[in-house]
Amino acid sequence: MLRYTIKRLLTMIPVVLVISIMIFGVVKAMPGDEVTTYLGPGSRASEQTRMEVREKLGLDKSLPEQYVRWLGRVATGDLGTSVALRKPVSEIIGSYIWNTFYLNVLALIIALIFAIPVGIKQAVKKGSAFDNFWTVFSLLGISVPTFFFALVLIFYVALNFGLPLSGMRDTMLSSFGYQSAWQEFCDVAVHSILPVTVLAFGSFATFSRYVRNSMVEVINMDYVRTARAKGLKEKTVIYKHAFKNAQIPLVTLLGMYIPSLFSGAVILETVFVWPGIGKVLIDAVNQRDTSLIMACLVFSAILMILGNLLSDLCYSLVDPRVKVDG
Amino acid sequence: MSINKKILRVEDLRVYFHTKKGDSKAVDGNHFTMYENETLAIVGESGCGKSVTAMSILGLVSEPGEIMPGSKIIYMGNVDKPEDGLNLATATDEQLRDVRGNEISMIFQEPMTSLNPVFTVGDQIIENITIHESVSKEEARKRAIDLLGQVGISRPESIIDNYPFQLSGGMCQRVMIAMALSCNPKLLIADEPTTALDVTIQAQILTLMNQLKEKFGTSIMLITHDLGVVAQVADHVNVMYAGKVVETAPVGELFKNPKHPYTVGLMHSMPSLATEGERLAVIKGTVPNPLYLPKGCHFADRCPHVMPICREKQPKATKIASRHRVWCFLYEQEEVVQEEIVEVEA
Repeated sequence: MLRYTIKRLLTMIPVVLVISIMIFGVVKAMPGDEVTTYLGPGSRASEQTRMEVREKLGLDKSLPEQYVRWLGRVATGDLGTSVALRKPVSEIIGSYIWNTFYLNVLALIIALIFAIPVGIKQAVKKGSAFDNFWTVFSLLGISVPTFFFALVLIFYVALNFGLPLSGMRDTMLSSFGYQSAWQEFCDVAVHSILPVTVLAFGSFATFSRYVRNSMVEVINMDYVRTARAKGLKEKTVIYKHAFKNAQIPLVTLLGMYIPSLFSGAVILETVFVWPGIGKVLIDAVNQRDTSLIMACLVFSAILMILGNLLSDLCYSLVDPRVKVDG
Repeated sequence: MSINKKILRVEDLRVYFHTKKGDSKAVDGNHFTMYENETLAIVGESGCGKSVTAMSILGLVSEPGEIMPGSKIIYMGNVDKPEDGLNLATATDEQLRDVRGNEISMIFQEPMTSLNPVFTVGDQIIENITIHESVSKEEARKRAIDLLGQVGISRPESIIDNYPFQLSGGMCQRVMIAMALSCNPKLLIADEPTTALDVTIQAQILTLMNQLKEKFGTSIMLITHDLGVVAQVADHVNVMYAGKVVETAPVGELFKNPKHPYTVGLMHSMPSLATEGERLAVIKGTVPNPLYLPKGCHFADRCPHVMPICREKQPKATKIASRHRVWCFLYEQEEVVQEEIVEVEA
C-alpha cells in the first residue's frame, strides 16, 4: 500500500509539469497583460514607465524563459506575488481557501445525509411514486444551472424572509468587531444558508442518483436473497449486505469531489459574493493576474490527481477484491 | 418401516405473480408433506414452479409475487399436531425471521454469487449463528471453524478469513452448506445446489449432503431437474408440471413404475446406456404459459394419451400404492381410493 502510494505520487510530478505548461500557455495566450493591471485602470503612464514595469515583472523575456523562472520560484516555495492585490499569492490562497472549504464541506455533508437514505429507499421501492418523485427532483437538481437556482432563491426566499443575499459576514458587524464568538458563528451561519442550499441541492441530486442506481444493481443479487434467507432484519439486509456493495461506485464519485471541496464553486461564489477561492480565481482571470491564476489552477490539478489516488486507495477498503500493490 | 414425524405440510399452495397482462400462476395448487430425516426431491422442467415453491416456504417470494390467501404451509418442526404448527404463508415477518436460517435454511444454485463478496465467509457464518442464538463472537467463530471442517474444507481455521472470491465454486457451496447447517435446522432446502458445479464436484456435494443428513437428522428438500441426482440422493420424489404436483412416489417406486405420462416422458428423455445409438425421446410441445393455464389438466396438450375429459376437468389424486399418488384421469377410472389432498399414511 505504501509502495503503491509513493509510486503514484512520483508519477504525479511529470503530470503536474505538463499541466502547468498548458495552463501557462493558455494564460499567456489571453489578450491584455499584467502591466495594465499593475499600473491600474486608466493609467496615463508613459511608454518609458511601461517598459520599466515590463522589465520588473519579467515580461520582457521569452515565454519559455518566463515559464522556467516561474517554475524555479515555485520550486523554492515562492508562489509569486499578485500584481492586482500586491500580496504574496500563498497568503491570498491561504486566507480564502478555508471559506471555500467550509462552504463545500458543509454542503457535501448535508447532501450525503439526505442522499443516502433517499437513494436507498428509491431503490427498495423502485418504480413507486416515491421513486418517481425523487427521480424528477434530482433530475431538476442536475439540470437547473447553479446561478439560476441561486437567483430564484435570492428572489423568492431571501427577500421574503430577510436572509442576507451576499457575502460571508455582515459588513457592519465584522468591521466593528464581533462581541462574541457565538455572534460570529451565527452571522456566518445565516449567511451560509442560501449558498449551502444551492450547493447541497446539486450534490444531493448527483449522489442520490448514484446511490439509487448502484443499489438497484445490487438489491436483486443472490447474496441479498441469502441474507434474507438467514433471517436477518430487512434493515440489516439493505443497509449492511446490499449497501456495502453499493458503496464501491460511490467511492469514485467521492474521490472526484475532494478537489472541488478546495477549488471552489466559481459561479456560486460569484453570485453570492462569497469570499472564496473561486471568486479569487475569477477576479484573477479578469485582471490577468498570472501568478495567482497559475497557483489556483495548478493547485486544483494537484488536488484532482490526489483525489483520484485517494479513491483508488479507498477501493481496497470497501472492496476486498481490489488489491493495491506496486 | 418406521413412521417418521411430519415436519412440513403444504396444502393448496398457490403463488401468483401479478403482472400487467394478468396473474401468472407460477404455483397453482401444490400440496405435499415432508417427513423428518427424509430427502424429498422436487423434479420438473424450468419454470414449473419448483423454485417458487421453495421460496414461498421461507416467505422469500417478492413483489409482484403473492402467496394467495388460503394457501397453507404448515411447519411442524417443534410440534406434533398440524393444528399447532405455524402457517408460514400467513406468518408475520418476525415469525418468519425466527424460522429462516434457524429452523429452515436454504442453499442456492449459484454458490459464487450467493455469498456476499465484501464479507469474509467466517463473518457470514458467524452472523447466521449470532442472530439466532445468544452466543459470544468467539464461540460462534469456533463453531464456524468446526462447521467448515465438517463440510470437508481443509484448513478451516485459515479459510474462515477468506473472501468468497478467493474460493472455488465447490468450496463456496460447502461454505453455504456450513452456513445453512449452523443452527441445526430441521429442514434444509437446496435449490439446484449442484447445477452450477462441474460433475466431480457435484458428486462430492451430493455425498456430503447425504452424510450431513444422517449426522444432523435434517430433512432435505432437493429441487432439481436432474433425474440422475434424484436417483442418487432422494428418498421420495414429487414430479411437478406447470405449477402442480402430478405424481408423488418413493424414489424406487417412481423409477420402476412411473404412472403419469409426463413422468414417463421424463424417464424416456434421460440418456442411458441401454438406449445407445437411438435418438433420445422428447416430450413434444412446450410448457403452457403460466398466464394462460388450461382449464383441464395442464399436461393435456402434450399428453400422448389425452382424452376429452382431460381438457374439461382437473384430475384428482389417485392412489397407486403406499405413498404413491398420481394426478391423471388414466388411472382415476381404475376405481382406486381418491383423495382431495395427499394424506399419506405409511
